[in-house]
Amino acid sequence: MADHAFLIPLIPFIGFLILFCTLGNLPRYWVAVIGVGSIGSSAIVVALLGIEFLSQKDPTPYAVHLYTWMNLAGFQPGVSFYIDGLTLTMMFVITGIGLLIHVYSSLFMFEEEDYSRFFSYMNLFVAAMLVLVLADNLLLLFLGWEGVGLCSYLLVGFWYQDSANGMAARKAFIVTRIGDTFMALGLFLLYQHLGTLDIQPMMHVATASWAIGDPTVTLACLLLVGGAVGKSAQLPLQTWLPDAMAGPTPVSALIHAATMVTAGVYLIARTHELFLLSPIALNIVSLIGAATLIMAAFTAMTQSDIKRILAYSTISQIGYMFLALGVGAWASGIFHLVTHAFFKALLFLAAGAVIYSLHHEHNIFKMGGLRKKLPLAFWSFMIGSAALAALPFTSGFYSKDAILLSAWESGPMGPGLWAAGLLGALLTAIYSFRLVFIVFFGATQTEPDKPAGSVMAVPLLILCLLSLLGGLLTVPVSQVFPPATALDHSGLIPAVTLAIPILGVLIAWLIFLRRSVDLGAITSSAVGKFLVTFWFRHWMMDSLYDRVFVKPYTFITLANRRDIIDSFYNGFAGALRLLHDYATLSQTGQLRTYALVMLMGVVALIAVFAGVITP
Amino acid sequence: MMMVCVMLLLFFGGVLAWLTQAWHKDYPRWISLATCLIAGLLLIPLFSAGPQQQVMVAGTATGWIELVQAPWIPRFGISILLGLDGLSLLMVALTIFLGFVAVLSSWNEISANTGFFQFNLMWTLAGVVGVFTSLDLFLFFVFWEVMLIPMYFLIAIWGHERKSYAAMKFFLFTQVSSLLMIISIIGLVLANSIDSGILSFSYFDLLAHPVGGQLGWYLMLGFFIAFMVKLPGFPFHSWLPDAHTQAPTAASVLLAGILLKTGAYGLIRFTVPLFPEASLALADTAMLLGAIGIVYGAMMAFAQTDFKRLVAYSSVSHMGFVLLGVYAWTELSIQGSVMQMVAHGISTAALFMIAGALQQRLHTRDMREMSGLWKTMPRMGAIAMFFIVASLGMPGLGNFVGEFLILMGAFTVHAGITIFATLGLITGAIYALIAMQQVFHGPIKGARGLNDFNGRELTAMVPMMMALLCLGVYPQPIMDMVNPVLESLHLVTTAEPSLWTGRTP
Repeated sequence: MADHAFLIPLIPFIGFLILFCTLGNLPRYWVAVIGVGSIGSSAIVVALLGIEFLSQKDPTPYAVHLYTWMNLAGFQPGVSFYIDGLTLTMMFVITGIGLLIHVYSSLFMFEEEDYSRFFSYMNLFVAAMLVLVLADNLLLLFLGWEGVGLCSYLLVGFWYQDSANGMAARKAFIVTRIGDTFMALGLFLLYQHLGTLDIQPMMHVATASWAIGDPTVTLACLLLVGGAVGKSAQLPLQTWLPDAMAGPTPVSALIHAATMVTAGVYLIARTHELFLLSPIALNIVSLIGAATLIMAAFTAMTQSDIKRILAYSTISQIGYMFLALGVGAWASGIFHLVTHAFFKALLFLAAGAVIYSLHHEHNIFKMGGLRKKLPLAFWSFMIGSAALAALPFTSGFYSKDAILLSAWESGPMGPGLWAAGLLGALLTAIYSFRLVFIVFFGATQTEPDKPAGSVMAVPLLILCLLSLLGGLLTVPVSQVFPPATALDHSGLIPAVTLAIPILGVLIAWLIFLRRSVDLGAITSSAVGKFLVTFWFRHWMMDSLYDRVFVKPYTFITLANRRDIIDSFYNGFAGALRLLHDYATLSQTGQLRTYALVMLMGVVALIAVFAGVITP
Repeated sequence: MMMVCVMLLLFFGGVLAWLTQAWHKDYPRWISLATCLIAGLLLIPLFSAGPQQQVMVAGTATGWIELVQAPWIPRFGISILLGLDGLSLLMVALTIFLGFVAVLSSWNEISANTGFFQFNLMWTLAGVVGVFTSLDLFLFFVFWEVMLIPMYFLIAIWGHERKSYAAMKFFLFTQVSSLLMIISIIGLVLANSIDSGILSFSYFDLLAHPVGGQLGWYLMLGFFIAFMVKLPGFPFHSWLPDAHTQAPTAASVLLAGILLKTGAYGLIRFTVPLFPEASLALADTAMLLGAIGIVYGAMMAFAQTDFKRLVAYSSVSHMGFVLLGVYAWTELSIQGSVMQMVAHGISTAALFMIAGALQQRLHTRDMREMSGLWKTMPRMGAIAMFFIVASLGMPGLGNFVGEFLILMGAFTVHAGITIFATLGLITGAIYALIAMQQVFHGPIKGARGLNDFNGRELTAMVPMMMALLCLGVYPQPIMDMVNPVLESLHLVTTAEPSLWTGRTP
């Protein structure tokens, strides 16, 4: 099967080529067959490969070399794949969740005019994402990395006739590109010092040549983190993700929840040997995670757009993954990546079903009482939110619990990080059940007209199952990462960790369902008003960036639209013309002037030669 | 002899096109197209000649794919010395390919005086081929002028609303810089003849006795400025937006696609090898100018409302990468520069062709007048997206390979300048995406019955897309072609101890 690994990204890419080159001239049925079928075939290859790999008694990672991309002065990045437990885990998520979302989309997007264009981009995305996780060197990884960014841009701006979508798409691309630029610099630095970009050899050389805490390795790690925070929407580059919700809902589920936004987590996990050399970088990663998860959770509590709530919740949950990476709980971080892919894809697809039934309504306050009318969406949301809030025995519980306990035991910063994670967990439970209670309970606001079809129901049901039982899975990464310390599940700390989400649900129940707390009174007080606005606008970060970066850049470029350099040349030409004009003045055509000037010249010359005046 | 055939073919093809205009106004186009095709066919066997050539220091004429030598004005040491190595061949092939594209792009645009138009087009091509193959500096200068004059006519006669201003500006910038170059050439030859006792304009003779010191510095500057104007490098770029904007599509394609590359070629072939010492002294400044050009060009492009002007400024930005790569002078960065030259030639030519196609359909280049064109012209939209994405450096396409190698190579030489240059990845994305937004995305304006790309236009576009894709996923053949040349140039420039050797890792 290993010889066929190249098929995994190639099949979706061929799907893209067919759909893109036919430019929408294929019948819808064929578009769906090609678009969904390519992902399905790829998923089958992944499954076969995975079975083969995991059925070995002692699974050993291996490389598949296709060809040498370029070969210059010892720089030989290959188009080669590296397959180990981590790659496999990622591929399971990408093709598995990807397939479910494609199936769902085949109905969800059916009435779209650009049905074919949608599937072509989606297929390209899956191909690029697979290259990203399969790459055995950082240059090929960067190809996948930029490729998924491009597809994200194309899909966020899918409904291109609305300029706002184009704006959101550009924002997504450019903000992540800022991160990518840091990452590119990281690659330059690593190549300069290690002489290769092939990940495994590079890790060996790095471990051999750098002592722990070497400033160069810290710098290199931080540059990679720069790329990771861009792609994974973490502080300080997280502002693009909420706007990216302008894309179709399946796009949000696949790209902006389950796969692409976790690429940063994957990158750090993939290069973890490097990060182990730099405790500072690891601490920064965990701090970024902690800060982001709290900030985004507060914002999620104040949003009213159903997709934006989920977007902020995604930012927050990836914060947990960063926290896990930062405290060295590598496997837990990846496990949370997987369970998050389950329940967040579920939530997005269920949100899509609600939106589908309510004529593209996004505002949760215009929904309500949908429990009876959309039972599938309701139960999907219940299960998804339970997993998101990490209620006991759901998939999210197992992964988040492990992260929090690892944080507690991670050294001097541990208790602080644990507390931050706990606060985040409380907020997560509140905002996720706020959403459920407002949308599905209470009085009906908008009457749903069409229920989700069975093609959409099947993926939802499968994801419900995975979100509930996903905690029983183990991710096959035990050989990839250094062994984790066993967690102590007895005592006060684990009990508190377990109880906090339940408390959060209770609070949400009291406020939003029983209405025992007068929320209006709190939010209309001066402090309340300020905080709600402040959180609603995500800690004013967008306005800040707008003032500090966007406006000045636009101002400077527009002020110099006519190119100041050119005015220098034009000035030179103008000066010449002026001289010419002055010189022309002497050409009067009058004999007496010429005679006078000549006489003056002669007198002056005589004066000079006679020594009367010395020049 | 093949390259001489190609050159003569272009010269005669141009004359023939002009003559047949009297019979039918369509003949010149077909003749030009046939000329380019035949020239392209003639080049094919040369590719299989294999990379075995080296630059000779002492004047032994072996190892080139082709070398032609004939006396011309022996009294002054001027001869007809033409050589073709991997680098030249690559550039000549690009020239012919884009010539083919240019002929197709002008097919319906030019209706007045088609014969003379095609004549100028072919003669520009011939001049460029001469520039890429001349190894006698006097001959080089002659060809340098041959490619300018027809280009001047193309802009001045068939250009748009401000054509005479643009043509004059183009002419003055290039003439003044050519003047500096001819002074430097003569100075170099004289200084050399004092040193060696022979008066010779031959590249090999001149290589054998590099001129150093203060004289070398000033002579180098003459070459450098001439090539910088052509490149165009910051701050000598301001002729380019006007010339590009006003030129007819075919001329824009040639200007951006290949004429700019003669500047970069000159730097690689002549400036650095002939003046290793002075070039080293200049290297950091030149790299800085390259980096400034990258960012400045991108910022200027962002501010434009005229689509052609935007693409023109994007050229300033992209050619800044080439300058950076050349003066970093590491194997990676120079290979990157060559790759960037080819990829930029193709992607920008395509973007100019799209701009021309839009102007022909909408009668405007103002992007504020365009919106939502994807709806009516999905083929053009998709192709434009491809080239926009290529030009912002998407991995998998040729431009990325160039930019990445340049930056990675330059980083080892001067990290600070390279970090500044890397900002171009961000600023590049900003202008490229805004162009896409304004032209093809957004609400649909009015009901327009616009024709999408037709077969002729696709014939030009599809090969260019394939070429960029090939360069992106498998650039090795190009690198293998160019590598021996660069290795030998590296030898030349490191012949003197403590020059480039001190910098390259």
